[in-house]
Amino acid sequence: MEITAIYYLIPALVMFCCGLYGFVTRRNMIAMLISLELMLNAVDMNFVIFNRFLFPEQMEGMMFTLFAIAIAAAETAVAIAIIINIYRSTHSVDVRELNKMKF
Amino acid sequence: MDYSQFLAMKQEIALLVVFLLVFLYDTFMPARSQKGLPWTATLLMLAITAAGFCPCLLGTDTGLTAFGGMYETSAIVSAIKTILNIGVVIVLIQSVKWAGSEQMTMRRGEFYELLLVTLFGMYLMISGRHFLVFIIGLECASLPLAAMVALDKNRYESHEAAVKYILTAVFSSAIFMMGLSFVYALAGSLYFEGIYNAIYAERSIMLVMALAFVIAGIGFKLSLVPFHLWTADVYQGAPTSVTSYLSVISKGATAFAFLVVMAQVFGSFYADIWEWMLYALIILTITVGNLFAIRQRDMKRFLAFSSISQAGYIMLGVIAYNTMGVSALMYYVLVYIFSNLAAFGVIGAIENATGRVSMLDYRGLYRTNPRLAFTMMLAMFSLAGIPPFAGFFSKFFIFTAALGQGSVAIYVLVLIALINTIVSLYYYLLVVKAMFISEDECVIAPFRSACSERLGMWIAVAGIILLGLASPVYDTLLGLGADSSFAMFFIR
Repeated sequence: MEITAIYYLIPALVMFCCGLYGFVTRRNMIAMLISLELMLNAVDMNFVIFNRFLFPEQMEGMMFTLFAIAIAAAETAVAIAIIINIYRSTHSVDVRELNKMKF
Repeated sequence: MDYSQFLAMKQEIALLVVFLLVFLYDTFMPARSQKGLPWTATLLMLAITAAGFCPCLLGTDTGLTAFGGMYETSAIVSAIKTILNIGVVIVLIQSVKWAGSEQMTMRRGEFYELLLVTLFGMYLMISGRHFLVFIIGLECASLPLAAMVALDKNRYESHEAAVKYILTAVFSSAIFMMGLSFVYALAGSLYFEGIYNAIYAERSIMLVMALAFVIAGIGFKLSLVPFHLWTADVYQGAPTSVTSYLSVISKGATAFAFLVVMAQVFGSFYADIWEWMLYALIILTITVGNLFAIRQRDMKRFLAFSSISQAGYIMLGVIAYNTMGVSALMYYVLVYIFSNLAAFGVIGAIENATGRVSMLDYRGLYRTNPRLAFTMMLAMFSLAGIPPFAGFFSKFFIFTAALGQGSVAIYVLVLIALINTIVSLYYYLLVVKAMFISEDECVIAPFRSACSERLGMWIAVAGIILLGLASPVYDTLLGLGADSSFAMFFIR
């Protein structure tokens, strides 16, 4: 059996959808961040797969992935810092507690 | 390697130099001279803004590319950067008092450093002609902004706003990058030009999905409805100076970058695919923004919804899809900068002096602080689009540009936008009514705002009045739009 691009693309898609679902349903901010990380990693996988299987003669997708990983790390760092700030003032990481400002 | 290509990036390099100077000042100057940091940063920013007007210094009058076409600058790109610079200077002047206050001592430098880094990211976003540069610019513009929103460490709302902002920002960039991966699969390139040429005649479900993801991703940054839910909370929770920065500079830069992406990458799908996506988004944005603005009583929340509906008007310049649309969009951003900053200047001054931000507190303001009330009134008239203030002309030009597109559907769209202008007049006048007509026992006592705040408001008011009367400004932008490289993408 030949392993084609689809065998890699489906896990990436599943990861993306899990991340999307988790971001919408989870109420713990750290879990939401993990879901976001899943989505970003699915994007990275997609780029690598498309590069490897569709355009093996060039490296653009791989390079994009390298930068995207760095960007995702920076995003997590900033988000964690802010969540720690929230935790200090409310002693909770539940998004349902973030309801001081409303319509 | 040819190092002369860095000369094409002279505006970015100048900004980095300013950043480094501010950083060194913050780090190495003794504590007693730290009070001078706000004015130093403002003057440095003013210098590179002024230099941006002159092609021999930091401006550009010819098209230049660097890094094999990944970066491009031209007269029109340089012009939008200068427009953003003007806005940043006004924001900096208005925030001098806040940044100089006692509670900001420990993080005065951070405010300026983060602000300059986000501005650098916006420059990259506007100039990037490769999606890698574009993404780096986008992230560089949104991550430090989250830190800026959280800058008020002692106020809980600031953290809440920051966490809402960062989670939506990361979510939207994940969506955006997913769209990009589809585009990459179709085109095999991430250069704007390469994508345009590779998928010129492509029509597939995958392309529609890619476009939907890309528009949704940027729509989050622009706070288009239905991607707007973060806006009001973030605007309310962030420190007022950061809110004003977020609402004008960030929005203006993203709007222009959106125009570049839609025209130079997806231009060939205008009539088939994305015109209709954007059409629906504009109607929703303008209408929902207006309807929610009516019931707001917190001034910052009120301006958040007003800025959502203004984003809808700005998008008319994209859907117009002609060179006049480009010029009208830039002019709209310029006028919006002045009008919104006049409003935020008043809000910031009152908040700094009394700590009150509700619309109910503004009752009877005219009796105690007539000049502040008058400035606010001009800002509201300009945002609502009452002649002869600049807001009228910016709306007029952007409607004209959209009508130039010519199809019946666009006529309907402009009609809806016009009806919404009347709705918006109602809630803008609510503020004016509160200030001039309503009576209240506990009015804000007369106070004298700091001279930096007054200077900022004077500049904004001068802009509102002069931009409406001086035609050369718009003529210049119109000429730039017609000469720009956009013209070749707008052939239908």
